[in-house]
Amino acid sequence: MITKTETEKANFRNVWVIGEVEDGTVLPVTLELLGTARELADKRGSEVWVILLGSRIQNPNLFAYGADVCMIIDDIRLQHFIDELEAKLLSRLIEKYLPEIILCGATSRGRALIPRVAVTSYCGLTADCTQLDIDPNNGDLLQTRPAFGGNILATIRSSNHRPQIASVRPRVMKIKQPDNDRDGITIFETILPSDEINNKKVVEVFHDSQSAINLADAEIIIAGGRGTHGKAGFELLRQLAQKVGGAVGASRAAVDSGWIPYTHQVGQTGQTVQTKIYIACGISGQIQHLVGMQSCDLIIAIDKNPDTPMMQMADIAITGDMFEILPELINEINLR
Amino acid sequence: MKIVVCIKQVPASNDAKIDPETKRIIRDAVKSIMNPFDNYALEEGVRLREKLGGEVIALTMGPPSAEAVLREAIALGVDSGILLSDRAFGGSDTWATSYALAKAIERIGQVDLVICGKQAIDGDTAQVGPGIAAHLDWQQATYLMEIKPTDKNTILTKRLHENGYDICEVTLPAVVTVVKGINTPRVPTLKGRLASLKAEIPTWKPEDISAKTEQLGLNGSPTRVVKTEPPAPRTSSTIKIEGTPAQCAKELVRQLRLRSIV
Repeated sequence: MITKTETEKANFRNVWVIGEVEDGTVLPVTLELLGTARELADKRGSEVWVILLGSRIQNPNLFAYGADVCMIIDDIRLQHFIDELEAKLLSRLIEKYLPEIILCGATSRGRALIPRVAVTSYCGLTADCTQLDIDPNNGDLLQTRPAFGGNILATIRSSNHRPQIASVRPRVMKIKQPDNDRDGITIFETILPSDEINNKKVVEVFHDSQSAINLADAEIIIAGGRGTHGKAGFELLRQLAQKVGGAVGASRAAVDSGWIPYTHQVGQTGQTVQTKIYIACGISGQIQHLVGMQSCDLIIAIDKNPDTPMMQMADIAITGDMFEILPELINEINLR
Repeated sequence: MKIVVCIKQVPASNDAKIDPETKRIIRDAVKSIMNPFDNYALEEGVRLREKLGGEVIALTMGPPSAEAVLREAIALGVDSGILLSDRAFGGSDTWATSYALAKAIERIGQVDLVICGKQAIDGDTAQVGPGIAAHLDWQQATYLMEIKPTDKNTILTKRLHENGYDICEVTLPAVVTVVKGINTPRVPTLKGRLASLKAEIPTWKPEDISAKTEQLGLNGSPTRVVKTEPPAPRTSSTIKIEGTPAQCAKELVRQLRLRSIV
């Protein structure tokens, strides 16, 4: 039978967090997920397990952030991201330990990995959730996610399948204050011969040195469009970004003009971002751009033309020339 | 090389306007278009065929009207199109969608490579590509900026991550998803347009792909949408700042301070 009966469902317990490990370091998205997992588990009266797959994993201390159990597979074969290997391991661990809920970061890696697991386990998967709650009576996960570029919030249940899997948008859930008195159990698992993938390998890894902070990790994005007039304009945005610890974003027009690489593009064919502050400089606000950034908390627009869609939708709209205003803004910040 | 490109018809957002009250997009009488990411997937498929020979087939699941995107794909250079369309497919979530597409790919047979856009702009899930790979038990590589065939059985892929990229060797058959930066799609030629008008597009039903009906459509979908609502509206008023550049900068900082941001 594909769906699960109430009796079968009762065997599934606890909330799992699939940690994200890079070069042995546990990434912040894991801590965000742990905070949410803790809330869900407390409502349901169950445990939080964090699963770490990686190589030479450094002292994670995730109990302080809400984990009760830390399950680790530390193996050189997990140094780089091999989708199929990680999916096989997780599917096997799910079968062995029967979690009720699994949370995973909606990162490039998480989004590649977790659908494979959901297909293998025949269970529901909801992408890119921004809000999660639990029905304490039956353990149903209430998964809320934006669709149609953020114009609809859909709430999704997967009542007849277990586990229930959600990928969670990074930087939406808040990291809890660590409680260093909390303790937990560590379980070590290993790769079995039947899990091995021998004909896929990562040959080289490159980290983007151009932007110290990338769009996905940023709390502030300074973005430029057609009105940025070229590479020099983006240099100005970069200066401000550096000053405030933000990242540089761009509209499609700017990317297509070759002023900045595609990895900076925000919008429908670029990235969807949800930062605390979004400063749009010389971006008119084509609908395809707006759907990629309209969920940011505070939107500031700077444009010579006060009538653009971006200036209309912004929380703060500054009419003027970005080439004059941004240096003043940098000055103003320097004074503080 | 035998390549299948999976494409999707989605609502266009071009026509939408911003609601002055809620500051959200109004979507009325929205047209349908091909998912923008699929253009890059199609172009990559056609380029690989031009380099290596073989065949490119476009595959979509949807209502009968979704045939339009297959004709568009043929105009852009693919050899043929297949439409999966039946009431039994209706209401599919990503699990059931990737199952149906995987069964269709099995039916096509001898496929070396499946290419998808990184995600569709309506659902934004990015789950169907990896889902197809899982159903087929094939290798996958996602968010690709580059595909380089190395020998008959392997490709080198450049996978985009949040903070850079890696180069991953993938063994065929495989499923890949591509991002915008991978190529610049061509515009349809006159010859392509004519071919697209003349093309016979077969419609496949569940029995054509030997699918288990209990795993199709709403029945086969583990998830249910139980509620949809518009998001909380943005603040309904825009604070307008004008003046000299210095005044503007000062006022902005003051506004940020009011919000305890600086």
